[in-house]
Amino acid sequence: MAAKTLTIDGQMVGAAEDQTILEAARDAGIHIPTLCHLEGVQDVGACRLCLVEVTGINKLLPACVTKVTEGWEVRTSSERLQRYRRMVLELLFAERNHVCAVCVANGHCELQNLAVSLGMDHVRFDYQHPRLDVDLSHRLFGMDHNRCVLCTRCVRTCWYIEGAGTLNVAGRGEKSKIITDLNAPWGDSTTCTSCGKCVMACPTGALFYRGVTVAEMERDRGHLEYIVTAREKKQWIV
Amino acid sequence: MARRVVIDPVTRIEGHAKISIFLDDAGNVADAKFHVVEFRGFEKFCEGRPLGEMPGITPRICGICPVSHHLASAKACDAILAVRIPPTAAKLRRLMNLGQIVQSHALSFFHLSSPDFLLGWETPPASRNVFGLAARNPDLARAGIRLRQFGQEVIEILGGRKIHPAWAVPGGVREPLTEEGRARIKAWLPEALASTQAAIQLFRDVLQKHERETQVFGNFPSLFMGLANDDGLWEHYDGHFRFVDASGNVIADHVEVSRYREVIGEAVESDSYLKSPFYKPMGYPDGLYRVGPLARLNVCRRMGTPLADAELERFRRHGRGAVNSSFLYHYARLIEILGAVERIGQMVEDADLLGSHLRADAGINNLEGVGASEAPRGTLLHHYHVSEEGLIRGVNLIIATGQNNLAMNRTVAQIARHYIQATTGEIPEPMLNRVEAGIRCYDPCLSCSTHADGRLALEFELVAADGRIIAHAAR
Ligand code: SF4
Ligand code: SF4
Ligand code: FES
Repeated sequence: MAAKTLTIDGQMVGAAEDQTILEAARDAGIHIPTLCHLEGVQDVGACRLCLVEVTGINKLLPACVTKVTEGWEVRTSSERLQRYRRMVLELLFAERNHVCAVCVANGHCELQNLAVSLGMDHVRFDYQHPRLDVDLSHRLFGMDHNRCVLCTRCVRTCWYIEGAGTLNVAGRGEKSKIITDLNAPWGDSTTCTSCGKCVMACPTGALFYRGVTVAEMERDRGHLEYIVTAREKKQWIV
Repeated sequence: MARRVVIDPVTRIEGHAKISIFLDDAGNVADAKFHVVEFRGFEKFCEGRPLGEMPGITPRICGICPVSHHLASAKACDAILAVRIPPTAAKLRRLMNLGQIVQSHALSFFHLSSPDFLLGWETPPASRNVFGLAARNPDLARAGIRLRQFGQEVIEILGGRKIHPAWAVPGGVREPLTEEGRARIKAWLPEALASTQAAIQLFRDVLQKHERETQVFGNFPSLFMGLANDDGLWEHYDGHFRFVDASGNVIADHVEVSRYREVIGEAVESDSYLKSPFYKPMGYPDGLYRVGPLARLNVCRRMGTPLADAELERFRRHGRGAVNSSFLYHYARLIEILGAVERIGQMVEDADLLGSHLRADAGINNLEGVGASEAPRGTLLHHYHVSEEGLIRGVNLIIATGQNNLAMNRTVAQIARHYIQATTGEIPEPMLNRVEAGIRCYDPCLSCSTHADGRLALEFELVAADGRIIAHAAR
C-alpha cells in the first residue's frame, strides 16, 4: 500500500493511503477533537467537531472521513477552527436540555469534556428547551432524548458491532430522534439483544443503565474496541 | 407563576424578604405577615425525570440545606422501591444528617443569632454580626466556626463534597465510610463537645438577661410537630410523626409518614403563594403548629443521650409541659447539637459503620412514596408519584420554613405590638432589630434574602386600617 506524506500543523507525517486525516494525526500524536467518531465503527462525519483546514482548499474538511492526500498542508487548531468548534458545541447545548449538574453522565461525559477543553463557557444561542421523553421501558437501559446529540454512535454500534439493527434515526433536522425498531418502546423491541453495547458507545447521558443516579454513569468503551479488534484482527487483547 | 412575576418587582425590593404590619383603626398592631418567597415550579421541573435522579436534583432546590433534601428524597425513593436499605447505609445516612444538624445549627447560633444577644440589640447593624463577635469574643467565634467545620467535615467525609453531595441513592448510599474517615470524625469529638457545652453555658447566662425577649419573641401557645421513634425518643431520620399541644400533651402519635395527609392540611392564602400547612383535625388556622428544634424537643420524651437529656430537663423548666417561646429555639438548637455530637460519638464506635453492603437493588414496586426526615429547620417531606417504569409523575414537598410561616407571622405581630403603640406612622428602629431577631429564631431558609454579613435583608411596610401604606423601611 502506497504511503502518503503530508504536513499536519507543520509536522511532516507519513500515512497509509487509506488512512483518514484523523488517524494520521493521532498516529503522529496530534489531537483533533471528535464527538461522533468512535473506534471500531465507520465514521459518518455528523458532528463537525473534527473540521480541519487544508491549504488551497476553500472549505473545511472533517478529519474523520477525509482520506490523506499527498502533499497536503493540514491545520487542526487555527483560531477560526477553535471558534467554529465552540459554536458547534453551543448549538448542541442549545438544542436540547443539558443540565449537567443533575445529569447521570456528569463528570464522565464527552460533550461536557469537550466544552471544558475547548473553552465553551457560555451559549450565545437561545436554548430550545424541547419537552422530550425518557424511555425507561427497557429492563436494563434507559434513553433520555433530552441529552442526545444525535451522533448516531449507538445506531452504528447496534448495527455493525452487535448486528442487531434495533436502533435507528427517525425524523429530520431538529425533529430527528433515535428510535428502537419501528418507533416502539425499547422494552417492546423484538430485535434488541440487551447487549448494552449502545450504552457503552454513547458519549453523553442519553443512554444509561437503569437505576443509575446523578453523575454515576461511567462506561468502559474498551469493551467495544476489544470486540472489534478480536473480530477483525483475530487478536484478543484485553 | 405568571402573576408573581408581575407583582413582585413593584411590591418588593429584590432579594429582600417582605414584612407587612397591619394596623387597626386606633393605630395599634392588628396583624403581621412575613411574606416568604418559595421557589415554585420545581415540582413541575422534575416531572418526566427518572426517579433515581431525584436525590441528585432536589438538593438543588435550596443551597442552605441540600443534605436534608438529599436524604428525604432518597427515603421517598426507598419507599417506591419498597426496600429496607442495608443497616450500614441507614447508619451512614443518619450520620450525615447529624453532621448537617451540627453544621447548620452552629451557623445559625454562632454566626447569625448570637451577635444579637451577645453584643446587644442596639449595637449598630454594621458591627452586630459575626465579625463584631470575633472582635469581642474571639474564642467563642472561633469555637463556632470550628463546630460548623466539624459538621461540614462529617458530610464531606461521607458525601465527598460539602454541598450537593450525590451520595445517597434509592436503596442506600454510594460510598462507604473508610477507617481513615472514621478516625477523622472521632478526632473532632472532644473539641466539638467542649465548644457546645461552652455555648450552652453562655446561653443560660444570656437567658437570665433576656427575660423580655423570652416573653415577647413568639411566645404563644401552638401545636408542635416532629419525628419521634417508637419509644418517643428524639428522632431525626426515621420514626413517625408526633404532635403535642401547647401543654405538652401528645395529641397524635405513631403517624406513619406515608399517612401525612391525614394529619397535615395545606392551606393556600389568597395573598401568598406559600402553602401554609396546619394540623388537619383542628382545621385552619387553629391547627397552627411549629416545627424545628423547639418542636422536636417538645415532641420527644427524651433525647436519648445522657448530656443532652440532662440539658433537656433544664430546658423544660422554661415551660409548662411544652416550651412555647420561640426565643428558646436557640436553646433547643444548642441542645440538639449536644445530642448530635453525643450520637456521633456513639456511632463511630459501631463496627457496622464500616460495612460494605451499602445498596439494596430493586425495581419500581410502589407507584408512590413518601420520605421524611428532620432538616435542621424542621420536618421535611418529599412525596413522589411515578409511572410503572419509574418516571416522576408528581411531586409534593413540605418544607420547614413553610410550616413555620404562620408562627413567624404571629411572632412578628407580637414583637410589633410590643414596640408600636398607637403609632404616628413611624417604624421604630428598635423594632426593626427585634423583628429581624424574632424571625431569626426560626432560622428560616432565606438564602436569597441575606446580606453578605449574614443579616437578613428585610423590607417593612406599615399598613393602615384602610389599606394605605403609611410607612416603609428597608435594611
Ligand atoms: S449529556 Fe453531558 S453535556 Fe449533556 S447534560 Fe449530561 S453531562 Fe451535561
Ligand atoms: S443516544 Fe447517545 S450515542 Fe445515540 S445518538 Fe444520542 S448521544 Fe449519540
Ligand atoms: S468526529 Fe468527525 S464529524 Fe464528528
